[in-house]
Amino acid sequence: MDSLRNSIKRLNPLSASDSDFFESMPFWLPATALVLLFVYGAIGWNVIISFTGWSGLGQPDYTNFTLEMYRQMPSDPNFMASLRNTVALLVAFTGVSLVVGLGLALLVDRKIRFESTFRTIYLLPMALSFVVTAIFWSWMYASNGLIDTMLNGIGLGWLSQDWLGDPRFKLAAVIVALIWQFSGYCMIVYLAGLRSIPNDHYEAARIDGASTLKLYWRIIIPQLRSSTVGATVVLMVFALKAFDFIYVMFGTNPGRSADILAVTMYREAFSSSEWAYGAAIAVVLFALALTIIGPYAYTQYKRGAL
Amino acid sequence: MATTTDDKSEQTDTETGLELHRVALYGALLALVGAYLSPLYSGLTTAFKTQEAYRNTSPLQPPIEGVTIDPWLTAGSELAFAMVNSFAMVIPAAVLSALFGSLTAYGLTKVDWRGQVFVLVLFLAAVFIPYQAVLVPLRQFWSMVGLSQVHPRGELVELTITHIAYGIPICTILFRSYYQTLDSELIEAARLDGASLARIYRKIVLPLSLPMFAVTLIYQFTQVWNDFLFALVLLSNRSNYVVTLELNALQGSMATNYSVQMAGAFIAALPTILVYILFGEQFAKGQTL
Repeated sequence: MDSLRNSIKRLNPLSASDSDFFESMPFWLPATALVLLFVYGAIGWNVIISFTGWSGLGQPDYTNFTLEMYRQMPSDPNFMASLRNTVALLVAFTGVSLVVGLGLALLVDRKIRFESTFRTIYLLPMALSFVVTAIFWSWMYASNGLIDTMLNGIGLGWLSQDWLGDPRFKLAAVIVALIWQFSGYCMIVYLAGLRSIPNDHYEAARIDGASTLKLYWRIIIPQLRSSTVGATVVLMVFALKAFDFIYVMFGTNPGRSADILAVTMYREAFSSSEWAYGAAIAVVLFALALTIIGPYAYTQYKRGAL
Repeated sequence: MATTTDDKSEQTDTETGLELHRVALYGALLALVGAYLSPLYSGLTTAFKTQEAYRNTSPLQPPIEGVTIDPWLTAGSELAFAMVNSFAMVIPAAVLSALFGSLTAYGLTKVDWRGQVFVLVLFLAAVFIPYQAVLVPLRQFWSMVGLSQVHPRGELVELTITHIAYGIPICTILFRSYYQTLDSELIEAARLDGASLARIYRKIVLPLSLPMFAVTLIYQFTQVWNDFLFALVLLSNRSNYVVTLELNALQGSMATNYSVQMAGAFIAALPTILVYILFGEQFAKGQTL
């Protein structure tokens, strides 16, 4: 902290007097220390553990470091399948949630009655735990559950499947449920974006004689860029750690077709006691998250949004 | 915006065209309501059915014959102790992380801009990191501290402290964006009168922060109540299970009894659903940062 203070003084000698700085320390230092210890200390420790080769009972040996854990990843078919599934989940879940959320926002934003009731209902799944939603959806997908019942009811019974048992549909079933849970979040992000577009932009386009479709495509959607970016970051990072839902539905071993890195990490570390390998998979997840958060945090900083 | 498009349709379309347009709009909105509520609806109908009614009727059908509240009683007695544990964890966790967030956001306004940005970038990244990246060290750390050996409830305390630490970043960011909109003249004047930072916080900033406390408390309450991963890793003694863990265990032991599972899911979700219905606006605010 001392060196931080010195660099602050050197760079900006006139602002924030020393007495203010010291007097303010009791306010921000305890929380900052807690975050540094629990978040950043733990991340660093996890990286170190991933180099130790620690497995089984006992404690890690911090004198011998090896890259073995990372070396074995490409030849581990489970890891590679998880990586593929993670990317598939990330892309499909993020893309569809954004489109559905934008659709909801455009519908809700048309000066409708009971707007707040509609909004409340679409956002409701976000207030529920994944344990709860996974249990609801297990029943939705069951052989006598709502989905197959509806398909039978409209004469499409031949479409019904063993949604959660068939490797072809498992991951898709998870993605659909997660889109249900998160599209309401996208809706409120887009609604906030839509309401910040100045009214005269619509007026100008109308005077130019733009059709409704053109109005949306040319004027409105491009102005929602920052909403899209913000929501995309949140959704993609969530997709990386979508552990709870899959764990509650399928347990620690969802099979190659629905395994994702977050679940593989937990299984390796906490079920098989392959602690170092689990830690290494966690490092990969962390690195993937950084490639998403890094550019976002940087642009926020550049825009002065921090 | 809607007015402009409506004006336009009035100019080009006939009155009936406009009406059809509105009917289609509300039709779409209601169909979506059906889709969004269907998992809850099928859960609710099933939770009130006897095993026989569950087997013989479709989940669409409301429970008319074979109505029972037994699934609720079974699930309720299974989950009761875990609900108590969840409340014992979530209340201190939400209050303390909100308080820390407020103090930190206020304290940082007195720190040089570069120092502020440094801390904020750290906090912003901490909101997003995948928790998998800290699970193994977290378990190591708490087994070294060993609160669970000191007291049978130690694990629950460990989990609460962990939630406080991981809740601070988002609470700080929420409070900071709020404090940037506060009128600084009042604070500056108090400062010139020689008031200490602590006094200014207590007398001026804290009372003005109440709306933001509502937002952060609701955000944290929902997050911590719904958490599963930290609880899964840190709690090993069944008597310390929080409700998400116990619900998962209930699902495992009642694998074929969907009625009890659905009732259990509703019971576990009830506190967050209530908070959501009562404080929907604040909930939405916390989500959009």
